[in-house]
Order: sequence, then structure tokens, then C-alpha cells
Amino acid sequence: MRPQNQSRRNFIKGIIASGAVVSTGGLMFVSGCSETTTTPAPGSVERLISLNINGTIRRVDVLPNETLAQTLRNKLGLTGTKIGCDRGECGACSVLIDGVPNNSCSMLSHRVTGKNITTIEGIASPAGELHPVQRAMIEELAPQCGFCTPGQVISSVALLNNNPNPSREEARQALAGNLCRCGAYDHYLNAVLRAAEEIA
Amino acid sequence: MADNPTYRLIGKNFTPPDIEAKVTGASTYSEDFRAEGMAYIKMLLSPMPKCRVRNIDASAALAMEGVYGVMTADDVPTFPNPGEQILSNEPNFIGEPILAIAAVDEATAANALELVRVEYEELPFVLDPLESLYPGGPDAYNGGNLVSSLRIEEEDELGDIGVTSHKWTARDFAAVEEGQLPMGEPIMDWQYGDLEGAFNDAALVLDETFVTACNSHHSMEPRSAFSYWQNGKCYVHGSTQSQMFVVPGLANFIGIPPSELVYISEFCGGGFGSKGAAYAVMAVPAHFSRMIGRPCMLRISRAEEYYLGSARASFQGRAKLAFNAQGKMTGADLFIVQQGGAKNPFGDFGAAGGMVSLVYTPDSMRFRAIPIGTNTTPCGPQRGPGQNQMSAAIEPLLDKAANALGIDQLEIRRINASNHDTLTGGPVRQKVSSSYMLNAIDMAAERFDWANKFARNGERNGSKVIGVGIGQGYHSAGISGFDGLMRILPDGKLHIHTGVGNLGTYSYASTSRVAAEVLNMDWDNCVIERGDTSKHLPWTIGQFGSLTTYTMSRANYAAAMDMKQKLQEIAAMDLGGNPEDYDLANETVFNINDPAQSITYAQAATRALELGGKYSGEDPNDTNPLTQASVAGLAGTGLIGVARDTTPLNEHISAMVATFVMIELDIETGTYEILEFVSSGDCGTVNHPLGLVGQLRGGACMGIGMARTERQIYDPQNGLPGSVGLYQAKPPSYLDVPAFMDVSAVDQPDPTNPMGMKGIGEPPVGAAVGAVLAAVSNALGGHYFNRNPVTADMILNAASGREQSHTPLQLFTQ
Repeated sequence: MRPQNQSRRNFIKGIIASGAVVSTGGLMFVSGCSETTTTPAPGSVERLISLNINGTIRRVDVLPNETLAQTLRNKLGLTGTKIGCDRGECGACSVLIDGVPNNSCSMLSHRVTGKNITTIEGIASPAGELHPVQRAMIEELAPQCGFCTPGQVISSVALLNNNPNPSREEARQALAGNLCRCGAYDHYLNAVLRAAEEIA
Repeated sequence: MADNPTYRLIGKNFTPPDIEAKVTGASTYSEDFRAEGMAYIKMLLSPMPKCRVRNIDASAALAMEGVYGVMTADDVPTFPNPGEQILSNEPNFIGEPILAIAAVDEATAANALELVRVEYEELPFVLDPLESLYPGGPDAYNGGNLVSSLRIEEEDELGDIGVTSHKWTARDFAAVEEGQLPMGEPIMDWQYGDLEGAFNDAALVLDETFVTACNSHHSMEPRSAFSYWQNGKCYVHGSTQSQMFVVPGLANFIGIPPSELVYISEFCGGGFGSKGAAYAVMAVPAHFSRMIGRPCMLRISRAEEYYLGSARASFQGRAKLAFNAQGKMTGADLFIVQQGGAKNPFGDFGAAGGMVSLVYTPDSMRFRAIPIGTNTTPCGPQRGPGQNQMSAAIEPLLDKAANALGIDQLEIRRINASNHDTLTGGPVRQKVSSSYMLNAIDMAAERFDWANKFARNGERNGSKVIGVGIGQGYHSAGISGFDGLMRILPDGKLHIHTGVGNLGTYSYASTSRVAAEVLNMDWDNCVIERGDTSKHLPWTIGQFGSLTTYTMSRANYAAAMDMKQKLQEIAAMDLGGNPEDYDLANETVFNINDPAQSITYAQAATRALELGGKYSGEDPNDTNPLTQASVAGLAGTGLIGVARDTTPLNEHISAMVATFVMIELDIETGTYEILEFVSSGDCGTVNHPLGLVGQLRGGACMGIGMARTERQIYDPQNGLPGSVGLYQAKPPSYLDVPAFMDVSAVDQPDPTNPMGMKGIGEPPVGAAVGAVLAAVSNALGGHYFNRNPVTADMILNAASGREQSHTPLQLFTQ
């Protein structure tokens, strides 16, 4: 009867109960995953893992059912990755995994060992120079409340890495998984096209 | 928008100081904070729309390892029925918090909740206000369905909200049989002009029943809060649309004086009205932290945000509109039944009448309304509360009237547009300070190329048909009476203190620039102090109600003028002559007759510290007590400029937007693309051009959501909300809105603002929902749905001549 949102917990509990973290996970989490991980059954899982985050190897104690968003935010202090829905609907938690944007709320941390993870904190250069996408978003006054912005930046960077000269419509399609309730969509698209010009 | 030649800073773009943090992830929202030894809270929410908690057994939960405590309604203060409660033993909506558990981590708290045993007594509930108004119908609140203080004549001076049970007669409901809104005894009833004469002489009378949807706010950041106590003060990190406006209310929820609260809200991940005032759940971690002696984090999930966040109230309404042969609206007789939600309702109903009186300027009008409690999500203000529901309801009806009278759809809006002499409706009629709505309509019509675009209305290409539509939106756009506070430090920098909040409109910064403009400061030498009440912030309005730009530009102007006066006085003291002999330029005070006679602002600030008294903030002033406390905290740090905006304001500040759209509707799928979007607004002098266009476009996106998809749905059997995820509640994505929106502003100054500015945040929503709904109706050859949203299913039904699946007055439909 309790209406509290337990769907995500139950979802994860369900996976664990099924004892099929690896095989089910491969089906559920489609992008950026391979079947190369050899995670053992829950209970005997190696909790201390290495994650390559923004070019740095981070050793971190991770529970079997922990999402990448939780690890980033709660264990590694990388709170730039926002949790807007915790179920892969809004894109606020987007990170790059081997260059591909993924919802980190819907990715188990144990699935991404050995992969290159880029969070919003890793988009500017180590010296602090902003990425052209970030500069363009400032120029276009793209962020309003800013909560979805890290995800918008991640998706924009991924798009321009793959397609340095997108049309407005291609940018619209590429960013369609990132919700913005402030309705700053026009301004984010302007920023993507401005950044593309600068990169070219 | 052209550069404004009158000003150095006003009308120019700038880079707001907080924006870089937003694109790098460095911005910190309430759930981004951490503290040593912190506890995590999860709450048990009511599983029933109305019930009474008979017994709670939390012993097993308390015995769990890692659980720090259980907090129930008995541990926190209660507030007058039907106001918001922090925790409740008598919840009246699904999702109302009953108890909370704090534990070492969130998973432990959630596991502990599973062990709590609660006995509930299920009570009758009601979702539809009309069902509650029917004789013998259930009441949503304890003891009634109507907040009695909303009856103006019964206002209780003691401040007790109080409820009564308000019922209509069965005879009142006879109209339902004909699909019309029944109209029993309202609680608001005002009238002006010769209504009877207008209807007697009318060339056309429309009598239309309509429904507007209840929809969620969908702020991307749920209302998480973090709290701890240090040195006798309670620190709260929250998500709100202001720093200062929420302080008295939040302190009241926590049970402490405002002076003992330190409130931090440097960033707010969206509010849209739902985080304008303090809200009860924000006090949960504060109370729990006091109870267990640890910092407490309450992270609100997306589903919880939908349950206990807030929602725009639905309307069941009836509009009788009289027009003369030229299309002038000569009479409007409007009746609104507002879904009150589970708690004290916001005044959408009253705003609805004001909107009709100002946007359509009927020669005569009667307005009746009543808000009735429902066991649904509490209904708070949402961006244009009341006004924008009316845009959805009335704009398509204007087209219906125009078509019946053989008048152009643009012309009927022009002939009814407000002007500088327009009066508001209401018990007291007030003149607007300015209205350039006709200019906005004409500007947008020209940019849209109305005549040629409308000629394409109904054009078919296979299953696709072109639809063109116009919408108008309005909101009041400014008030007075708030405070400005600023300092010049001995290093010569101007520190502008603001408690406005940071919702993403950047008005905290753009209204601070008014002070820099008045004081002739280089913007690079200005610092904005904000985000944290320990920075000594003045009593300011928040970012809501389209109020910030007008209200805070006035308040900052007043404080800057106080600063200017003090600079002139110091210069006269040191250099001779009278204060009025001096003026300001290049951050110096100079003698008008001998500009070589001057002192810098830095020197003046140093002198202020020597002079003391009012110059360095040591003397009392006539501002709000919270501002006075902030001045006391800043005393002795520099030259203080502080003032309350006391310039008389006897007129109504009105902002409006006109929007034109062209859609391509597929009658085989019921979906449509918005091909073109053009919008123009009357917001007075443009202050921050990029910020303005961001608001015009962003508001339009919300309006498009209202038109297309957004609504709350409830299971009528059990009262269960069915739209508690983003994919169910459906705010618009990139693909639901046009790829490009052409927006502009009339840019004509309002005479009651020192810089001519007015607000604009809310009218774009109404203009967009009206325009899109009008375009859909036009594409379908004049089929009027009389409700929002108009979903693909509804369009398919209309296109194929099938009946809709809902009845005319039904709420919470697909």
C-alpha cells in the first residue's frame, strides 16, 4: 500500500534476488556495456574496485547494487552529476563512458571498471580552461536553473565529438534525452551550434 | 532588441556571476552538501487519499542497526487546518508524510521503514470539487471543504484559517445533465458595467463550459533539504525561489525566531511557483537534526516530488461571453470552480477573473468563483496561477466568436486589447500603469506575417493539415515595499546584497545592476552578496509572480539613491558646499561647478567608517526588521546604502505577451509539429536582453506542455495518482517544442518604475498554451475542445467524428 517510490530499489533488489547481475544487467543497461565483466555472484563480489574517472584511477568501495551516479556523488565527491529522476528519464546524470553518453543513475558502478568515465568535472581542461561547449553555453545564457546543465553539456560534447558540424535538427535529436523544465532548449541548441563553429 | 542609449548597463547583456559554476558542475544544490556524521532520512508517506493514523509501531525499525531515530507527527509542531503539516496523523492526500526515519545511510532508513507497522482508519475522500459540493458529498479537509478565510467578509483577524463545509443544492446541479457547469453559491462575486444590457444587445453570445488541467511543476531538482545545528543556530540548505522571503515561514516551521535560522540556497533547480514560499517538508531534517544531534539529509525522490510537491489547480469553468457585431467583448460572465487540492489552496480562482478583465477588456463583467478542497496533491501557485488557465480556456473561444461574426482572428484580439486606461476587474478597480499589448500583438503579427500565414490555415498535404493560432497571456508584474541594501567598502567596490534567489532568471543580478547604473559603478567593481542569509541580506521579494524585475529594481534604486545622498553629504562635509552641489561619475563624487573638487568612492567609504552613524550602518532605519538585522551585521564595514521602496504605487502593473504559431497536424496520428513560433511581450524597458528571451522561450515551453501533454491523473476508485514519473506526467522535451522560437519585446518604459521595467516571467506560458490550442482548433476546421491538454487521442476522436472519452466536466483525464 505504501506509495513511496521504491521502484528503483525494488528493481535493484529484484536483480540481486535473481542472482543474475551480469546477464540481466547486460540486457537492461544497453549502452556502453559489454559482457567482459566477470563480476561474481552477489555476496562474493569484490567491493574495492578501480574506476577511471576523468583520467584518474580512483579506488573506491562499491556495493554490488550501487549505481555509478551514487558512487560519483556519495563516494567520490563528484556532485556535478545530478540525479533528477534516478530512473533514466531526464538525463541530468549523464556521463560519458568510453565517449558515449549514459545515464549514470541506471548504470551499476561494477559494470564500468576498465572503462573511461568522463563526468561534468572532467569536461574543462585540467588547467581549468572551459570546453567550447561550456563557453558557448555561457555566451548564449543557456542554463537557467542549471540542474539539467551538466547533462546538457555531456550530451553536447558527445555529439560534437562524433559530429563536429551538426545541423540544428541533429543537435535537437542528440539532446532529446536531456529534459529541461526551464525550457532553455533553444538556448542549448544555439550553444551547440556556436561551439561547433568555434571547434571548426 | 536594440541597445538602450539611455543607460550604461540597463538593456545590455552581461555574464551572471554564477553561470560558470552551472556549466562546470561546481554549482551546489541542497543535496550536494555533506557533513561528518550525517544521517539520511526516508519518510513514510500516506498510502490513502484520506485517513487517520490509529497506531504506529516502529519498535522493530528502531532496533535495526544503523537507525538513529524515528520521528512522528507527535514530535513536530502542527499548523492550522488545512495548512501544510510537517508530519501528520491525519493525512489528506496520498504521499503526505506520516513519519520519518534517520539512519546511517538511505538504504538502511528505507529498510527500516519496511518494518514500521501502521494502523490506518480509511476515510471517505473526494477528487472532484463538484462531487464535494453536491449535497452529502465528501469533504477533503477535516471538518469541511472550504477555507473559510477565503471568504473576504469572514476573514478571521486572529489568523486561524478555519474550514467550513460548503454544499450546493441538488437543483444547482441540473446543468450537469446538459454538460454545463452548475453554478451554486460562490465565495467571490464581483461585477461592473451593464452586464444585462450587454447580453440583451449582443450580436453573439457564447455560453461555454470548460475544464483546465491540474499539472505538476516538474522542477528538475526535487525539494531535498539538508540541515544541522551549530552554536544555537539552525542551518538549512534548501531549494527555494528566494533566500529571504522564505525565512520567516521556514523559521516558523522549525519553531525558532528568524534570527536563529541560517538559510542557504545559492542555487535552486527550478521552482516555477512551487518553491516560492517556505514549505513544510523542508523542516523535517531540521527537526530530526535537533532530535538526534547529527546533520540530516532528506533527499526527495522524483516520485515523492510528484506526490508532495505541488501542482497547478484545475478549473471547471463556464464563460458566457457577449460580443457586438464588430467583435468587441461587451460582456463576460465567468464562473470558476477551482480544485483546491489537499491543503490551503492558492488564489488561482481570483486571478482568473482579473485576467479576463485585463486581457479582453469586456465593457461589463460578472465574476463568481469558489475553490473547493480535494484529496489530491496540494495545489500551489504555478507560473501564472489562474491567469494561464484562462488563456487555455478563452483564446480558442475568441476564434469561435471571430468565425461566427466573420471577423479576422487577429482583429478580434486587437479590438479587445488593453491600453493605458484599462481598469482591472475585481471588488476594487485599478488602472494599469501602462499597457503596450496592442504594440506587442502588432509586432508579433508582423514578424509572423499573419495574413499570409492565416491564408494557409487548413491547407492539406496528405494526412497533414496546417493550423495557425494566436494566444495571449497576462500576469501582474510588480509590487512595492521591499528593501535594498548595499555597501561601498574602503577598497572602492560596491557590494550589492540581495535575497532574491537564483531560479535561473538571473534577475538577482540584473536588478542589482540598477544600483550600479545609479551609482555610475563599473560592473566589474561590483560584488553581489547572495545565497546565504549569513551574508546579511535585505528583505526582498523572491523570484516569483513576475515580480522580481519591477519590485527589486525599485528597491535597489531606492537604496542606491540613499547611497548617492550619503556620498554627496560626505563630499560636502569634506570639500565644502551643499550635498546637491555634487554628482557621481567614474566612481567619484565631484563638485558640479568644479569637477576637480572630488573624492573617490573608496575615500568616501573610509570617511563613512570615521563618521559612523547612518553612514556606516550604526543608526536605525525604517526598513523591515530582517533588513535592520542585516544592516546591524554589516555595520562598520563600509558606507551603507539602505532603503525601503516607499514610492507610492497606486496603479496595477501589468505584463502581457502575444504569441503566434503555425502547426502541422497529422489527422491520422493526432500528433503535430509546431513549425513556426513568434512571440512579443510588453515588459517595459528591457533590462537583460538574453535573460528576457530566455524567459519568453522558457515560459512558452511550459505553455506548450500545458497544451499538449501535461496533466495529473487519478484513479477514481482509490484516489491513486497515476502521473508520478516524468514519462507519465510529460513535461515537454526538445522534440515537443519548436526548433526555433522568434521572441521580441516592445521595450517601452513603464512610468511607475525608475528604469521603466516590468516583469515578464509568466505571461509567455499563457500566450503559448492559448496559441497552440487555437492552432489545433483551427487545423480541425473550428473544433473546440474546451479543455487542456488536447492530446493525440482527443485530436483523433475529433478528426474522425467520434465522441471524446471524457464527459464535459471530467477532471484528471488522459
